[in-house]
Amino acid sequence: MNELYILFGLMIIGAIAAIEMEDLLSSVISVSAVGLGLSMAFLVLKAPDMAFTQLIVEILCLIILIRATIKKDLPFSTSGRWILNTTITIFFIVVFLGAVSLALMELPEFGHPLMKVGEIYLRDGFAQTGATNLVAAILQDYRAYDRLGEVAVLFVSFIGVLAILRREGRVSAAESKKDLI
Amino acid sequence: MILYMSCFVLFCIGLYGVMRKRNIIKIITGIIICEYAANLLFILIGYRMGGRAPILAHGTVIENMVDPLPQAVVLTTIVIGLATTIVLVTLAIRLYEKYGTFDITKIEELKG
Repeated sequence: MNELYILFGLMIIGAIAAIEMEDLLSSVISVSAVGLGLSMAFLVLKAPDMAFTQLIVEILCLIILIRATIKKDLPFSTSGRWILNTTITIFFIVVFLGAVSLALMELPEFGHPLMKVGEIYLRDGFAQTGATNLVAAILQDYRAYDRLGEVAVLFVSFIGVLAILRREGRVSAAESKKDLI
Repeated sequence: MILYMSCFVLFCIGLYGVMRKRNIIKIITGIIICEYAANLLFILIGYRMGGRAPILAHGTVIENMVDPLPQAVVLTTIVIGLATTIVLVTLAIRLYEKYGTFDITKIEELKG
């Protein structure tokens, strides 16, 4: 598991760089380095489907974020109530860590998962669905409604993007047409 | 246990970015890092020591597969994360077109 420690260290360094870097383009590229490290961690943790999906999603995210940030570099404003802001932030992080320390006792030990449902899928998955890739069997057969909901969410988000990026509303387009006539 | 802890550290870095930074792109970066940490925690919980990927091979019996259920759930989560990120970035681009800045303290009309 040594490679996992190295990957996690790289991901934490990349995340700190992404948050603290002054240049927006460098920050976006750092967060994508975190994502690629996550993809390799999935591969080490024996989840190849996740690794491929994460790789593709990461590259798409990088392209979209670069489209948003390129040629829009801004000087950072450091004025304002930074003491209050930092205190509130640290307070919320401490609350989160308190909740985490309670949850850590309930989590199963690393490497020994609770596999109550997973055992059934591993035992009967091939006989019931005929798929050799059991993750695909769960996604497309046992939990097909999850997949349907996922596609619905994607569809709604693309409609939202089209609505946000639309240059002129329907009313103003109708008015301009009326002016032409 | 150290692996779980470093996963939570990653989440805390993302939380700090969301709450402390003023640039919209930095806030989106923080949200993305939080999402990565959550996905990673699911896969870490489903890992079995010395496990194999849950893919059957013809004619051989593979023992000791990892839990396939968190993997299937996280595959859905990754794609939904992409959808939310795209909507957030689109809103940021639109705000930049309207106000000419990414700084949330300079966007005056949002003050309540």
